[in-house]
Amino acid sequence: MALHPQHWLKPMPGGLYCEPGGFFIDPSRPVDRAIVTHGHGDHARAGHGKVAATAETLAIMGVRYGEGFARETQSLSYGERLGMGDVTIMLEPAGHILGSAQVVLEHGGCRAVVSGDYKRRFDPTCPPFTPVKCDVFITEATFGLPVFHHPPDKGEIGKVLHARELFPDRSMLVGVYALGKCQRVIALLRRAGYDKPIYLHGALQALTQLYETQGVRLGPLASVAGMVPAQLKSEIVLCPPSAIGEVWSRRMGDPVPAVASGWMRIRARARQARAELPLIISDHCDWDELLQTVRDVDAPEVWVTHGREEALIHAIQQTGRRARALSLVGYEDEE
Amino acid sequence: MQLFADLLDALSYQPARNGKLRLIEDYLRHAPDPDRGYALAALCGELELPSLKPAALRDMTIARVDPELFGWSYDYVGDLAETIALIWPVTDRATHVPPRLSDVVERLRLAGRAEAMILMSDWLDGLDATGRWALLKLAAGALRVGVSARLAKTALSAFGTVGLEDIEEQWPQHEPPYTELIRWVAGGEKPAARNTLGFRPLMLSHPIEESDLANLTPHDFCAEWKWDGIRVQIAASDGQVRLYSRAGEDISGAFPDLIEHVDFEAVLDGELLVARRTDNAVEVASFNDLQQRLNRKKPNPALMLSNPAHMRLYDALIIGNDDLRPLPLRERRQHLEAWYAQRPRLRFDLSPLIQFANWSELVRLRADARASGIEGLMLKRWESPYIAGRVKGHWFKWKRDALTIDAVLMYAQRGHGKRSSFYSDFTFGCWRPIVDEHGNPGRELVPVGKAYSGFTDEELRRLDRWVRNNTVDRFGPVRVLSPALVAEFEFDSVHESTRHKSGLALRFPRFHRIRWDKPANEADEVETLKKLIS
Repeated sequence: MALHPQHWLKPMPGGLYCEPGGFFIDPSRPVDRAIVTHGHGDHARAGHGKVAATAETLAIMGVRYGEGFARETQSLSYGERLGMGDVTIMLEPAGHILGSAQVVLEHGGCRAVVSGDYKRRFDPTCPPFTPVKCDVFITEATFGLPVFHHPPDKGEIGKVLHARELFPDRSMLVGVYALGKCQRVIALLRRAGYDKPIYLHGALQALTQLYETQGVRLGPLASVAGMVPAQLKSEIVLCPPSAIGEVWSRRMGDPVPAVASGWMRIRARARQARAELPLIISDHCDWDELLQTVRDVDAPEVWVTHGREEALIHAIQQTGRRARALSLVGYEDEE
Repeated sequence: MQLFADLLDALSYQPARNGKLRLIEDYLRHAPDPDRGYALAALCGELELPSLKPAALRDMTIARVDPELFGWSYDYVGDLAETIALIWPVTDRATHVPPRLSDVVERLRLAGRAEAMILMSDWLDGLDATGRWALLKLAAGALRVGVSARLAKTALSAFGTVGLEDIEEQWPQHEPPYTELIRWVAGGEKPAARNTLGFRPLMLSHPIEESDLANLTPHDFCAEWKWDGIRVQIAASDGQVRLYSRAGEDISGAFPDLIEHVDFEAVLDGELLVARRTDNAVEVASFNDLQQRLNRKKPNPALMLSNPAHMRLYDALIIGNDDLRPLPLRERRQHLEAWYAQRPRLRFDLSPLIQFANWSELVRLRADARASGIEGLMLKRWESPYIAGRVKGHWFKWKRDALTIDAVLMYAQRGHGKRSSFYSDFTFGCWRPIVDEHGNPGRELVPVGKAYSGFTDEELRRLDRWVRNNTVDRFGPVRVLSPALVAEFEFDSVHESTRHKSGLALRFPRFHRIRWDKPANEADEVETLKKLIS
């Protein structure tokens, strides 16, 4: 008889724990053995004993925390099988950021997939999400309300290029999350034909460099340090979202503040972020993509983690599947 | 509709005036006729469409989406139109073409409520989220994207080759979609004048100060009080009457109690006031009383009775068939006085001339003028013809000295645009006595106003540093400041107000001096401000 994952995959205060395998997935506090889905700070923390992840994720953790971030590391390629205790695990692309992975777990004749953070649309900086058929699918719900429909990226990038024409005396200051969003926005600008140097805030440089060494081509990049406003007219400058209203931004003169995030769909959030140019570019699924993914993996049961769970659970139940909330603490809405 | 939607969307996030102008100008360059004319009318608040009930819009949406999901979404988004725009299910776009703005306006204008709902639902199917949001805003009436009629016309002027004053003069003679007007502004032929009810742009004045008087000769000038209302022009011809604001907006509908007393043919310049007649005198009320009238597009009878509209006349542009504008002010004034003397009108009177022999006499009169309804003095050259716009050397306004108070900075918020990294918006307060829970008398600070101008760039940098080093708490974007910095604030007047905790509201408060030296406990009391109520 198959052993349902509810008996061997449990939410604990430190994160999701797989008992027969003896490991946590994305634990929020130091543990002995951890599998890390991707490099964002709320999923990948320093101080674990042994960490298994993709080589790219391990490299990202190395840049963020220094080489001694774990006692031991094990890099796994997508599709490679690894036995841990009585459990077989495998990583599959999640399409979220470089190195991001879903964790496929097989035990007692059942298969569960922990998707981590994921998205379905094309991203030039990482391989696309691969749907894996399973008995239980564990999904995030960051944008788990039907008001979230991310428009095509091309139109959003077009807004920046149009603003350059409209305000040739101002720089375009685009707030982006340092890992993933930054490099994706650069790659999308390149695909839209923008080939001038793109200027970077200091906090974005190390990870962007890492992307390049991992083979993601991003075109000419330059540091914004030491530049004066006159040199930055009509140039595109990327910085962390919080830097837009900070003293640092004064070196831009009178920039057009833009913020690239799925939250920009909501006007109050865009105003809060002081964006003159809200760019709806997300590394998470929108509502339709969440539901499409549930259909694609065709799991009879779905567990919903961080985000707006109740609406997604309601909608999944309408399709005749079981769905419930899995309370995991410590993950942020940041993107 | 898509171009217009993108314009509204960009405007709603654009804090700077110049940025807004650039966006509207860009739109006018790319949008076709007659859409762009309707867009201008919408920005000017001139489109009257049947108002759709929020409950009906909500029902229409729930018919398409799961009510429970709608409920959670509405709770999260907080705005009905935005929720509907975002949650509206995407249908096959191939069968639903996005509507043109002109279609939307023309069909909605003629539609009854029920028909309007059917149209809306069909259009929502053809638009993207931004388009749906814009459509719902348009149907709701108020766009609220921070654009005044004047700003929209300024953008039209920048788009074309015609000055703002000429556009404002022409504007009232046309109707949406303004196709002929826009063609002219874009370099085409000037439309023929249609009637005499049109707006004539006003002659404006330059500010002066006492020290400038030495360069002027007293007997070249007439002096009048500068009345504290709003500048208006009234145009009456063939039994029709129009009342225009200084920017040429037709505000006749808001002041029927003034219009009904018009039985003349003339175009006159003056100040719109709230004034009450007592036996033989006319008593001008405070600007606050006028503000209540300005807030209402259609006043109710009680408000018209308690706050009656009145026009105090300065000048005559046209009387009967005579265009007086080329004549010097001296002669225009004689014509105006003679005309008024023939038959005084109940809601109209003449702005009296002030007799003075030399500047020092006038300086004294101005210093004593604290009466309600007086904002300062006007000096007008007797020889000046009536010329549209702010012409140099003819008319001067000499505002009365501002009132000042020493107050403590209490809260700070960051500004917008260029100032988005600076704490530049301040709430300031004065002291008020309280009794604490032990029965001991003490004092507390209560907010009395907000100011965000009057400092130099250097002072702003220093204020910003001070805020960052003296924050004791935060509420979202607002920093609570240690009550330690005093500034002297200027303002034009104080009024009672039920909206503020202090019971007072200041008019045009701004920084005068930052008192880095002054201890907070020496700032003024609320009581001191109350004595300045006009």
